[in-house]
Amino acid sequence: MENSISKEKICQPENLVYSKTPLMTCNPLSYCPGCGHGTAHRMIMEVIEELNMQAETIGVAPVGCSVLAYDFLDIDMQQAAHGRAPAVATGIKRLMPNKLVFTYQGDGDLAAIGTGETLHACNRGENICIFFVNNGIYGMTGGQMAPTTLPNMKTSTSPFGRDAASTGQPLKITELVAMLPGTSYVTRQSVHTPANVRKTKKAIEKAFQCQLEKKGLAFVEIVSNCNSGWKMTPLDSNKWMEENMFPFFPLGDIKVPK
Amino acid sequence: MKEIRLMKGNEAIAEGAIRAGCDGYFGYPITPQSEVLEYLMENRPEERTGMFVLQAESEIASIHMVYGGAACGKRVMTSSSSPGISLMQEGISFMAGTELPCLLLNVVRGGPGLGTIQPSQSDYFQAVKGGGHGDYKMIVLAPASVQEMYDFAKLGFELAFKYRIQVMILSDGAIGQMMEKVVLDEQLPRITDEEIKKKYPWATTGKTPDRERNIITSLDLDPVRQEKINIHLQEKFKKIAENEVRLEKLMCDDAEYLFVAYGSSARVCQKAMQLGRDKGIKVGLLRPITLFPFPYEEIKRLSSQVKGIQCVEMSAGQMIEDVKLGANGKVPVEHFGRLGGIIPAPDEVLNVLIKNFIKN
Repeated sequence: MENSISKEKICQPENLVYSKTPLMTCNPLSYCPGCGHGTAHRMIMEVIEELNMQAETIGVAPVGCSVLAYDFLDIDMQQAAHGRAPAVATGIKRLMPNKLVFTYQGDGDLAAIGTGETLHACNRGENICIFFVNNGIYGMTGGQMAPTTLPNMKTSTSPFGRDAASTGQPLKITELVAMLPGTSYVTRQSVHTPANVRKTKKAIEKAFQCQLEKKGLAFVEIVSNCNSGWKMTPLDSNKWMEENMFPFFPLGDIKVPK
Repeated sequence: MKEIRLMKGNEAIAEGAIRAGCDGYFGYPITPQSEVLEYLMENRPEERTGMFVLQAESEIASIHMVYGGAACGKRVMTSSSSPGISLMQEGISFMAGTELPCLLLNVVRGGPGLGTIQPSQSDYFQAVKGGGHGDYKMIVLAPASVQEMYDFAKLGFELAFKYRIQVMILSDGAIGQMMEKVVLDEQLPRITDEEIKKKYPWATTGKTPDRERNIITSLDLDPVRQEKINIHLQEKFKKIAENEVRLEKLMCDDAEYLFVAYGSSARVCQKAMQLGRDKGIKVGLLRPITLFPFPYEEIKRLSSQVKGIQCVEMSAGQMIEDVKLGANGKVPVEHFGRLGGIIPAPDEVLNVLIKNFIKN
């Protein structure tokens, strides 16, 4: 019996190789298994923990799958109306200039209904960070066509594939905001492999650093999967993302801080 | 000696906001209220008090900037005119759902659509009955002078924070553009971040170890909890209705006939009342200052005294519905209004009262 393995024996601090940051709450994530949102959340919170800025951070949640982000992130948060997060964050940052302020938005929120708020917050060079999770679909409402849906991609509102002649090409809003002088750092990353997760975390660190140094708006796009909306297994969706999303939305820095 | 200045209504409210300790203004130009933003830009409140002013890209962005600042416990305001206020309804509804205090100004112009830039009172329903989606109300103050435009900035912020509610000042193009003398107050200090943490524990000021995180959201997917939130809001509106009715009465003590009018229309009715008194007609004026809460009780009381109530509005008849609720059938209530940006003349208004209640 002395040599038997018990939970108590294993769960010792010296055996701990990985744990969640205390800045993530213990609430179970509302995201589908296989979705990238949880990893993206955790990377942001790990960086805030490492910066020791929990008490100085105010986050803004969007409308979309991550509408409930405030359930998972243990910081003060505001939930914004659909697409309006950059305006809400502007209001916070201008009146609380010493706070670390970020928005967390999906592609429908940021690149369709909130295009105006996004472009103008970027153009004013608001000292905030925008974390933009792009999965090419409206996840929460059940898989409708998004501004970033690829041509010929099937969604519930483009059941025969997106007709680019009628609905336009996917909007490369990240390239668009990179052209504006108000943005300091614009990058596109992913969280589907350990290597990419590490790169994304580095990008998040750099984005917050830009804000701390008052360099202007830092914009981090995270191309992610939506296995439920794309109607694939998580593994297949990651493969599909690499083969189809990345050629259109290539990963890497688009604009680096001076 | 108090400081007295000749000012436009739109300038007066901007100066009133600065002196009331306002922290931030976000707005977008629209006639007939652009002087609010212009005055703020020209008077450099950032240097005077540290108040921050930004011209936003739209009314939609403006109201959501107000949301972000208000959720941090700051005294924040915006201003616009009718079409712009329509655009803001989304943000106002979200602020109702999250119980965020703020000051809103609508310098009403004629509608619908682009309508006209001339004064109107056609946004009463939108302001008083809840212009956005969901069951909610705002406190609505109706200034009838440039002095009140000034005074209501301070009063508006006080009420907004007392009840965690949106306060709308429902003005119109005449009150916004006309010039009158204004008695100014001393500058009030802006609230400090430490005071915000103490006074407004709900505000998102950064999660410290001594408290749970603060979340500003209007979302609750559980209908049982969402109903409780709604009941809580309704109880708040009821409390406001019981405690915050404001009105002005002129020559009502011996009145046989009564004008009921707010804002610019009340100014016209005041003159019409004097013309009527000169002719020996015992007419009084009840001017609701708060449109929500509405002075139902006073109208009910006067309904058992007067022979007829003449409502005058620069609309097709909106406030009259509330006056009728107050009168509750005890006395005839008639509407008179001019539309599309036309201000009625005092003799025109008096003749309508005579025709409706005396000549018959």
